[in-house]
Amino acid sequence: MYKIVSKKPLNATVTQMEIDAPLVAKKAKPGQFVILRVDEEGERIPLTVAGTNPEKGTVKIIFQIVGATTERLNHKNEGEFLQDFVGPLGVATHTEGIKKVCIVGGGVGCAIAMPVAQEFHRLGADVTSIIGFRSKDIVILEEEFNECSNKMVLMCDDGSYGRQGNVTLPLKEMLEAGEKFDQIITIGPLIMMKFVVETAKPFNIPVSVSMNPIMIDGTGMCGCCRLTLHQDGKNVTKFACVDGPDFNGYEVDFDEAMSRNRMYMDFERHAYEETCNLFKGVE
Amino acid sequence: MAIIPNKHEMPVQDPKVRAHNFNEVALGYTAEIAIEEANRCLNCKNRPCVAGCPVNIHIPEFIAQVKEGNFEEAYKIINQNSSLPAVCGRVCPQESQCEKVCTVGIRFEPVGIGRLERFVADYHNDNSKELAEIPESNGHKVAIVGSGPSGLTCAGDLAKKGYKVTVYEALHTAGGVLVYGIPEFRLPKKIVAKEVETLKQLGVDIETNVVIGRTLTIDELFDMGFEAVFVGSGAGLPNFMNIPGESLKGVYSANEFLTRSNLMKSYLDDPVTPIMKGGKVAVVGGGNVAMDAARTALRLGAEKVYIVYRRSLEELPARKEEVEHAMEEGIEFLLLHNPLEILGYNNEEDPKDPKNGFVKGMKCIKMELGEPDASGRRRPVPIEGSEFEIAVDTVIMSIGTSPNPLIKDTTKGLEVNSHGGIIVNEDGLTSRENVYAGGDAVTGAATVISAMGAGKLAAKSIDEYLSKR
Repeated sequence: MYKIVSKKPLNATVTQMEIDAPLVAKKAKPGQFVILRVDEEGERIPLTVAGTNPEKGTVKIIFQIVGATTERLNHKNEGEFLQDFVGPLGVATHTEGIKKVCIVGGGVGCAIAMPVAQEFHRLGADVTSIIGFRSKDIVILEEEFNECSNKMVLMCDDGSYGRQGNVTLPLKEMLEAGEKFDQIITIGPLIMMKFVVETAKPFNIPVSVSMNPIMIDGTGMCGCCRLTLHQDGKNVTKFACVDGPDFNGYEVDFDEAMSRNRMYMDFERHAYEETCNLFKGVE
Repeated sequence: MAIIPNKHEMPVQDPKVRAHNFNEVALGYTAEIAIEEANRCLNCKNRPCVAGCPVNIHIPEFIAQVKEGNFEEAYKIINQNSSLPAVCGRVCPQESQCEKVCTVGIRFEPVGIGRLERFVADYHNDNSKELAEIPESNGHKVAIVGSGPSGLTCAGDLAKKGYKVTVYEALHTAGGVLVYGIPEFRLPKKIVAKEVETLKQLGVDIETNVVIGRTLTIDELFDMGFEAVFVGSGAGLPNFMNIPGESLKGVYSANEFLTRSNLMKSYLDDPVTPIMKGGKVAVVGGGNVAMDAARTALRLGAEKVYIVYRRSLEELPARKEEVEHAMEEGIEFLLLHNPLEILGYNNEEDPKDPKNGFVKGMKCIKMELGEPDASGRRRPVPIEGSEFEIAVDTVIMSIGTSPNPLIKDTTKGLEVNSHGGIIVNEDGLTSRENVYAGGDAVTGAATVISAMGAGKLAAKSIDEYLSKR
């Protein structure tokens, strides 16, 4: 069992928790993820590590309440326990040789982008962060990004805060103005990452994308998290859990990934409603 | 006394009934049938069955005790060589091992050794209140990677000799393929749990949620004071055919389909982990895993299940009993058929049609058998112009696995072969000092019992090495 050491809401649907998991805390690097189960008989869900404290033995996770399991997770309180917590899984974000980086985060993806930005900052790289949200009320981690970025742009789709528009707008401007990033790293909704790749393409700047397919075991056994990369004119199957979650954005088949992520949409919606009703009954 | 020519039938659930439930298919011998079957054993001098068993169970001796009704004594004899008798009695391919060489089998059907083993183990589990005797500690620490059949066997053998054994398991439940792969109707999970419990009573520590190669490395295990490590990490990532359409929604690897149903219990009425139920299902492949996937799909409510296999019935690698069970349950075998493409639903007029991107069929080609290939089996050759389509909603690829790269990539000096399998010598020792390996991580996908044999061999080698220290 893994104790919830602290819990803090970041906005109405996004929560941060620190979990007591010393082995994971010692090892986890930015870009890696964990798989957890809230309770016995619960489903396994992957969540990217949002930070660690190796001395305290804790791992920070940030999650958006999007379905039955995250709803259940959000009903757990400080001092309570999670059934299972395994990691760190996946390959850490590649940082070697990158001196100037642009981090593009979207929505709750910013929670995963944040430790990556912090890591580059710690390594002495020049960090530009572009973070985007739907509206002001769901902005998270603004301060954290400010602290670790040489330049930071905050976008809101509806113009309620920061600059109006989506993340590709300032990215395009920067690239057109001649900014030469060694690497763009984008983490967020698939559709956003797809457009970040398209924006960067004419400028020939490498883009790394963080994929979040459906997973079961997360350790390289079931093959559920497979995605297709287009490499040298060939289709190559890769597994996000052991080969990723970071991939070359120019190679990823986003349309297929988006389609696969919607496979259980009906089931998920139904399960979410059931769970919400269950908790309503309790309260 | 004349020998009864045939094995006593195994009582089974009616195929029509069992096709709709996940209860165990084979119901097991009663004490009376077991004694009668045991009486078929000649207790012959040359005991070929013992050599035919990968873990060399003293078969005639345990059967002799069954004849006398001393079932607990019989259990003790089996347990000297096998840590998982209730599992082996169910999933071992006895027909190609102990029973294949049985002396009675020369003229008649061989003695039902597997069925007797299962009976004895179940009798013990149901009746014995005795706790396993905890052996005196010898002060040596051994780490085991993976709690599947090879790891549990290695752990059991070492624990019985007084070693302090810790088993690391990546998933949340111990048992490896016995819990995520083999379905409830063939191997009830409570039986696996019971065998694991017995090991714990022997003093074995089982640490779930630890991925060796990620959470801890092999080198760190040595730093932690373990003197030897056994790697039984299993088969690894599923293979696909690399044909068009394998990423459509509704295409599963057998590993994923079975893991969802078995480990995550998607077969329950109101599961937390989803799985596609019902419709028409094609399982590609002919091994035991393919049979398990097909029969699971049927029990999940499929209206039609096909096994699509490119060779003929003779080459089908699955156990005969499993194939027979599958056929009885109504699974249709498309033998000498090979998939060319999986076809997806695509409503061009409505890109938002929720069915878009889901499987709607599979294009196959008929095959004929040509000259024998490297495996000695006749090579299947496509018959030109014989392409046709079958309508299916789910396709399950069950065509083997490739080794998981995690341990190889994080363990310096650990040599693997061209397929990625860990290379071991005749003692089960890898190219790294004090690191042993066995099971599918070494051989690629194989049987539970061969993995157990490898775990046993490694335990013996580890003991020989550490007891000299």
